[in-house]
Amino acid sequence: MDYATLLQILDSTIRLGIPLLLACLAGLYSERAGIFDIGLEGKMLMAAMSSATVAALTGSVWIGLAAGIAGSMLFALVHGLASITFRGNQLISGVALNFVASGITVLIAQSIFAQGGRTAPLEGGARFLPIDLPFAEALQGVPILGPLYYEVISGHSILVYVGLLLVPLTWFVLYRTRYGLRLRAVGENPASVDTAGVSVRNLRYSAVMITGVLCGLAGAYMACGLQAGFGREMTAGRGYIALAALIFAKWRPWQALGATMLFGFFQALALRPDVVEAVVRVKVPVPALDALPYILTVVVLAGLVGKAIPPRAGGEPYVKER
Amino acid sequence: MPNAIPAIELKGISKSFGPVQANRDINISVPKGTIHGIIGENGAGKSTLMSILYGFYKADAGEILINGTLTAIPDSQSAIRAGIGMVFQHFKLVQNFTVLENVILGVEDGPLLKSSLSKARRVLADLSREYELDVNPDALIEDLSVGHQQRVEILKALYRQADILILDEPTGVLTPDEADHLFRILKGLKDQGKTIILITHKLREIMEATDNVSVMRRGTMVGNVKTAETSPEQLAELMVGRKVLLEVEKGTATPGEIVLKVENLRVRDEAGVERLKGISFELRKGEILGIAGVAGNGQSELLAALGGIHAASGRVTFKGGDLPLTGAGANGRARRDAGIGHIPEDRQSLGLIMDFTAWENMAFGYHTLPKYQKNLFEMDNNAIRQDTEAKMAMYDVRPPIPTLAAKNFSGGNQQKIVVAREIESDPEVLLVGQPTRGVDIGAIEFIHKEIIALRDAGKAILLVSVELDEILSLSDRIAVMFDGQIMGFKDPENTNERELGLLMAGVSGGAAK
Repeated sequence: MDYATLLQILDSTIRLGIPLLLACLAGLYSERAGIFDIGLEGKMLMAAMSSATVAALTGSVWIGLAAGIAGSMLFALVHGLASITFRGNQLISGVALNFVASGITVLIAQSIFAQGGRTAPLEGGARFLPIDLPFAEALQGVPILGPLYYEVISGHSILVYVGLLLVPLTWFVLYRTRYGLRLRAVGENPASVDTAGVSVRNLRYSAVMITGVLCGLAGAYMACGLQAGFGREMTAGRGYIALAALIFAKWRPWQALGATMLFGFFQALALRPDVVEAVVRVKVPVPALDALPYILTVVVLAGLVGKAIPPRAGGEPYVKER
Repeated sequence: MPNAIPAIELKGISKSFGPVQANRDINISVPKGTIHGIIGENGAGKSTLMSILYGFYKADAGEILINGTLTAIPDSQSAIRAGIGMVFQHFKLVQNFTVLENVILGVEDGPLLKSSLSKARRVLADLSREYELDVNPDALIEDLSVGHQQRVEILKALYRQADILILDEPTGVLTPDEADHLFRILKGLKDQGKTIILITHKLREIMEATDNVSVMRRGTMVGNVKTAETSPEQLAELMVGRKVLLEVEKGTATPGEIVLKVENLRVRDEAGVERLKGISFELRKGEILGIAGVAGNGQSELLAALGGIHAASGRVTFKGGDLPLTGAGANGRARRDAGIGHIPEDRQSLGLIMDFTAWENMAFGYHTLPKYQKNLFEMDNNAIRQDTEAKMAMYDVRPPIPTLAAKNFSGGNQQKIVVAREIESDPEVLLVGQPTRGVDIGAIEFIHKEIIALRDAGKAILLVSVELDEILSLSDRIAVMFDGQIMGFKDPENTNERELGLLMAGVSGGAAK
């Protein structure tokens, strides 16, 4: 495999890893606050549909992005109501929302565009366009690093850079701010937060809404960046893969970056069966390559990567003891 | 000298939960710079009253005056602002946070943590110098002993500039040494002018540590006395409403042959950690062997292994035959069939099914006995119910209604149901765990008498309790457990709390006599 091919694969890794990263960070906020969210998938799907629909109708990707975030936050709010206000089972709420999203997205897209559940293809200003970073052209001649910068780092859409910047930002929020301290505390022992005179409910709602925003970014990126429109079930289990990555990362932001990029790398490999064949010298069937990220998910969830201890109060509604 | 204006004054506080009146017209006045004890049986309303003071509940009626000013305390934030700090019985700490992080949680100085953390580090250093409150500010809570965790709770309150400190049953989880240390800290705080409210059910602590004491019974305040002018007997009588025998009346034991022999018993928990590290002892007919120790040192595992609930290795001989310690033969019913009764430590999860009726609970573990079968397919529910009625009368279970769900009985009466079931099935060996935890003084007296009566009938009893008083007054021999091992055997006549306390803390030999 030559250097150019490697760069192409790394470039795809970032493109494909970003929705996972955004969804993974989304889950991180919610789960660190003690609210399990199996509904990342549904929120992404909802965001993908609403962003693509609105972008197609208005011709503006920015209005589409806002609509995507709004759609995702609506689902986040329902999950918050079910699991915080009404102290319901968080897994059931998440699964239910995934089912609802799966159906309602196709329903809405079909009733608006009548194209078999797809939205109209997006073009021009209705999509996120690649951004060339400063000096990308100029530095292309620099050996090794120049092409790396030009091919892999530069030339992605804005949400890719937003996603990457969210990693250090999340780390900072989590470990260096008052909000982060309280967020981590409420996921470990909500009673400690309650007796300190801080509202458990408000904290958890805020975390769940942040999850909504980030899933919104992930979904909008998929529909308006990675692809040009919404299609039925287009998230294809990425919400679940992001959850697996979150466990793999043990609910920490930098590790989440590593985990999601690993999954992204496997997805990128599946796009280049020729390269895989050249490297392993055996013809690997494409479906087997497609299955790689999912196999890794199963491996992670089976606990083969070491013990991951979730936030201790995760999944438990908080009830003041008498 | 205490100031004229009391630090806390409660006037006419009332609070009900549905039909239950938890507090009824409570008046109390706590002078500044004193340690004030609040004593009462479980369910007397102590914790409810303190929760009102800390803003967890809103009183239905009444006024709270802090330092002479009428103060509304709708939430914990207001309580903290009014200078009230609370150390709960179950600590409110984040296990994987450092001491510093726990201390600043909720009272950070700004959106960023850095300055709060360095300020807290300075303040903690001052506080620990002033009050013997040493803890490493960078230690994780999960690495600290229970005694140290409690200090963190006290530091939390002091960091919030509490002038009034409420401690709810603070010594339940401490060794006698740690408890002494705690009382020294409280004395130091009092000398600095802090006001302390100590909630406890242990009469000895009230007598030792407090200046004044208020007694609660069934939601009302039945007495406010100076500690120096009262006696444990008088307080007990106020708590229960009748004369109570604090000392257990017990004749000398006449131990017979060995009925249970335990050799090198080992237990591993689910995580693979060894919880029992080779326990050996013998239990004779007609004796009570008391197992002393701080909670969590393997006593629960010992009961679970002997009771057939948890797999173990080693050898246990009962009446000359080997008891199966793993596999199908090791279960609760097989043990009961063999003649080993078990009053489990946690009656609410292991002793009873809370949603089931008293008569159903009275049959559990013995429900396959022929006397409870009507025919091949049906149980004889009437027989069980009649049996239950008889046992309820014998053990004075109130109310004596067999069809009432277990959860609707008070803690003491729930325990009486379990005790009646196990003792009346006439076991050769009775395993008893924390028989009087959460049980009121009146019922304690009763349960203790029944245990001694069983001994006098020639049965063998293994008693596990974290209450040293209980171990000392009931046992004919005492074994002290620490970290999954027996540190030594003592004769209750020739030992004292100090010596047992050292063994409980893992200091072998128990040098002091």
